[in-house]
Amino acid sequence: MPADLKTKVGHLELPNPILTASGCAGTGRELAQFTDVARIGAVITKSVTLEPRAGNPAPRMAETPSGLLSSVGLQGPGLDGFLQRDLPWLLSRGARAIASVAGHTTREYGELSSRLSDSAGVTAIEVNLGCPDAAAAGRPFALDPVAAGSVVAAVRGSARYDIPVFAKLSPEVTDIVAVARACVAAGADGLSMINTLPGMTIDPATFRPALAGLVGGLSGPAIRPIAVRCVWTVREALPDVPIIGGGGVRTGRDALEFLLAGASMVAVGTVLFHDPSACSRIQRELEEELTARGVDRVADIVGRAHKTAGYATERRSWV
Amino acid sequence: MAGNDREGAGAPVQVRGTVLTVRRVDAYVAMTVVAPQIATRFKPGQFVAIAVGGPQSGMLGRRTFSVHDVRPDHGGTVEIVFLPREPGAEWLADCRARDVLDVVGPLGRPFPLPRDPASCLLLGFGAGAAPLFALAARLAERRSQADFLLGAESADRVFGALTARRTGRSAVTTTSDGSLGARGSVVDLLPTVVQQARTDVIYASAPVSVLRAVCSLAGRYGIPVQALVSEPSMTCGTGLCMGCVLPAVGNDGITRMVRACVEGPVFRGDLVRWDDVGTIPFDALGAPGWKPRPVAGERSNAS
Repeated sequence: MPADLKTKVGHLELPNPILTASGCAGTGRELAQFTDVARIGAVITKSVTLEPRAGNPAPRMAETPSGLLSSVGLQGPGLDGFLQRDLPWLLSRGARAIASVAGHTTREYGELSSRLSDSAGVTAIEVNLGCPDAAAAGRPFALDPVAAGSVVAAVRGSARYDIPVFAKLSPEVTDIVAVARACVAAGADGLSMINTLPGMTIDPATFRPALAGLVGGLSGPAIRPIAVRCVWTVREALPDVPIIGGGGVRTGRDALEFLLAGASMVAVGTVLFHDPSACSRIQRELEEELTARGVDRVADIVGRAHKTAGYATERRSWV
Repeated sequence: MAGNDREGAGAPVQVRGTVLTVRRVDAYVAMTVVAPQIATRFKPGQFVAIAVGGPQSGMLGRRTFSVHDVRPDHGGTVEIVFLPREPGAEWLADCRARDVLDVVGPLGRPFPLPRDPASCLLLGFGAGAAPLFALAARLAERRSQADFLLGAESADRVFGALTARRTGRSAVTTTSDGSLGARGSVVDLLPTVVQQARTDVIYASAPVSVLRAVCSLAGRYGIPVQALVSEPSMTCGTGLCMGCVLPAVGNDGITRMVRACVEGPVFRGDLVRWDDVGTIPFDALGAPGWKPRPVAGERSNAS
């Protein structure tokens, strides 16, 4: 019998643990040409801002070894456009939508969350803490436990009680556990990690940085070990907090790695640019990987890497 | 507005296509891939996005190529033409017959065709000329005339000069170094060609710098241009990554940052803000400091 991929986290119930990472699934329509969005565990939307945003100038993307540097600058239609066009479309296709929110002040985050809660259909909220904090000279919220906590508190305070709030953490900190603890203390129901790492590449033809924004966020398989380490460390410190893990997930085996490290759900991001049907493929591969190891339910292996008895010894006792 | 919620006959597909032939054409590589589902849906001007480097590739971006031609053999084949000068394209050029590629297509907005027979000028620079020949065939079916104006840096970079001479009503070639045809740029010869051919519409496929000059000249003569852009380069080709944006004016007069891969690659020449490509114009929707226009009837306090 194939392994059961049903995922239940608090009162969030998903048919499988494979999600699309924020900013990597377009509005959902682009992806729907190649895969059934209703069969994706949940679609984490492009970060929604209060006002429409034009984003950064091109070039916005640069390919690096097993990675991608990007600086899109949160181009999007703003909250009104999202609520009028993008969210209804996702719901009409039977997709579950986790709304990612982004702002420059805690007030903006609060307003976004309260208005998202008022419109039916948002499964959960992910707080993009990677935005520059207007009150701290543009330092991203995610780099400071106090700033991150105050944003999460604003979101939790204005979101409806039954909508789970996930805080998306940055790996670019000395102590990710400190930020994780601050977010949970401020009311986060779960954590999402990791956001991109800042990087730069220089074009040898122009002698200038390849991106118009100079610095971009590095994503893709290049950062996977960093993401796994972050998930592991946070799970070790906060074993009861649900985690959305992600960073360069390309195959079912990669997803399994994040589950073992302690993630309950796995987000597929940059790899969607390479393979727009990656979500359904990774789901199938994960099911096969679990079945091959005699695992009945995906929930059974979440955080298993933290148990000292390895898989091989335990399997002998199972048989 | 033409949404990207395309379904049915024109919707792109992701297929595994078998390489049929790889051959050198001057400086270029021409590759034919068996992909019936793409070939039957294809319209001139559309492109394909190919994954390079194999299943565990470190190159995450797809490489996008205008389709040169589709043929009905083997159920349907797609031909692309490219310059092997970066690692992804080099990998592709090293592929051999029977190799299998992950191909997505046909993607993007095709060239719109004139309703009534018209005198069309097909202007191409380098490999940009490749998508013009399928267009010429469609124009001929509709009894439109096709004149070619092809250019490149040097003779070995002029693509399809022979075909252009055979199939076009007229064909003019230019090279920067004068090694084939006239010395100079396609823009230098444009006024002469337009006058001789009594051009009604220009189809152009070239780098942004050339398109900018073509559109400004054509604007002076009052000739509409359909411009196929190849910059900014695309990463996914499917509209997911938001990497290939340029500023374009919508029907409502508002400038938006639009994706070359979904809203293009073919744009009406007068709607692209060529001088602002590579920037965010201050009046673009959502630009820093941008404010929504007051709704009609609503008075601002200042007045």
